[in-house]
Amino acid sequence: MSEALLSAKNLTKKFGGLAAVNDVSIDLWRDRIHVVIGPNGAGKSTLTNLLSGDLPPTSGNITLGAYDVTRAAPERISRRGLGRSYQKTNIFPTFTVWDNVRLAAQSRVAQQPWNPMRWFQSAAGDARVNERAEAALELAGLTGRRKAIAGAASHGEQRQLEIAMTLATEPQVLLLDEPLAGMGTAEAERMVELLLRIKPRHAMMLVEHDIDAIFALADHLTVMVNGTVIASGLPADIRADRGVQAAYLGEE
Amino acid sequence: MSAPQSHLETLPRGIQIVLALGVIALAVFPFVGTDFYQQMVTRMMILAIFAMSLDLLQGVTGLVSLGHAAYFGVAGYTLAFLTPEGEAVSLWWTLPVAVLAAGAAALVIGFFVVRTKGIYFIMVTMAFAQMVFYLFFDNRVLGGSDGIYINFKPDAGLFDLENKKVFYYFTLFCLLAVYFFLRRLLWSPFGRALAGIRVNEHRMRAVGFGSFSYKLTAFTLAGALAGLAGYLWGAQTGFVNPELMGFHQSAHVIMMIILGGMGNFAGAIVGAFAFEFMLELFKDLPSIGGFNVGKHWQMWMGLFIVLVICFAPRGLLGLLQKLMHRKGAGNE
Repeated sequence: MSEALLSAKNLTKKFGGLAAVNDVSIDLWRDRIHVVIGPNGAGKSTLTNLLSGDLPPTSGNITLGAYDVTRAAPERISRRGLGRSYQKTNIFPTFTVWDNVRLAAQSRVAQQPWNPMRWFQSAAGDARVNERAEAALELAGLTGRRKAIAGAASHGEQRQLEIAMTLATEPQVLLLDEPLAGMGTAEAERMVELLLRIKPRHAMMLVEHDIDAIFALADHLTVMVNGTVIASGLPADIRADRGVQAAYLGEE
Repeated sequence: MSAPQSHLETLPRGIQIVLALGVIALAVFPFVGTDFYQQMVTRMMILAIFAMSLDLLQGVTGLVSLGHAAYFGVAGYTLAFLTPEGEAVSLWWTLPVAVLAAGAAALVIGFFVVRTKGIYFIMVTMAFAQMVFYLFFDNRVLGGSDGIYINFKPDAGLFDLENKKVFYYFTLFCLLAVYFFLRRLLWSPFGRALAGIRVNEHRMRAVGFGSFSYKLTAFTLAGALAGLAGYLWGAQTGFVNPELMGFHQSAHVIMMIILGGMGNFAGAIVGAFAFEFMLELFKDLPSIGGFNVGKHWQMWMGLFIVLVICFAPRGLLGLLQKLMHRKGAGNE
């Protein structure tokens, strides 16, 4: 098998005396979806935040492609090809849907804020940016809602927008933190379809609670409890694992 | 409207027409106004440039600086230092030098302050401005508490700035140039990124924007433009003193923006004119009995600002838009 696009080794994050993430290693490959499950407080979101640079790890290291990004700032990690979405919707609520996605796409062209040339160009007229934004909007199924104010869109649409903004940065590695949270059945099905559609071109980590979605999507399943990985492997094996059943799946 | 209200970034046609009429009024004013009022309007235009420069930080990027007067003052002092006692000095190199000096001061201070957020940003910008204030206030070499006279207006060669009417039009030209520059910048990739930082800096970083360099650039540019205003102020009044970079000056310019409406630069102009107009009005209030009403103008100004914020949270321009919108809807 080829190299993992993202590889994290022995990640630990301590808040005071509490280890929110304790010695966790994870590899992400292209065309594979790695689902992380676990009860509330298991450290799934903290793990996501460590990988995206939102939080620095206490110890351990992270490589993204050929680069060590262990303590890199989130914007650097993003530019190295990692995109993430948030569990709690994190968008530009006063902008239109289109402006949200366009702005995300704009981050991929030369930024140079200090370059006076960039002060006179028209943001809306950059064809390269518009193309990327258009493609992301279409993938996420929001083409018809481009003019809506993002903050006034429905919850499901905001979740789709969250994905569209992430895709507009054309990442190699995708970290999706509960993309199905709060979605109705039909919306959730559409999202699962979307994730399967974009899977071939991305290495994906998915934090999710929805059991149907988990088994529809997962190529690899990791179970976390209290910051520690208690099981990791093929979904079918995990399902049969008694320890996991006791800790998590059995609660259903 | 159920959607969250954003700044009035796109100016509706009605407001554009009102602004155009305002520009025409400014263009013909020297032919109808007396010398005294011409001077006053020149001062208003200079303060409008100053207010627009702060709006780039406060309204567009969401950085409330309580020390913006420092850069205004630095440029004024630069002109004072460069002007010899007995003759005029050329506009064509002193203006760029003054603007660069203000920009350089903002770059250095900005390097430290844009790392902070919210209330800390406000406090740190104020602290740095106070440092600059006392640097000039306490040093006789720098003019001390008395300030420095600028005996001659800068020499422009092609036109005579000693002529008050010419100075007026030169200021009007600067006002329009800064306005159109900033309006253009607002819709540039740089301007859109600044707006994104105002609305959600966390997400901006997550999609790959290094917000530090954007904020530092905005801070530097705002300082340089404040410098343009400070240079004109020094040239017009022929005098600079530490008050120019004082706390009150910084606070007034914040009030101007809030009064006019943030984030679109037109509001900053309207706010600067309205603030100065009300200030003159309040200062001229007569004494009632033994009580000098005009002397306490700051109290009336405070009351006026509170009223505007209560009834027009998006400033005078926002109020105007609302009134026009309602009227327009009624006609349909």
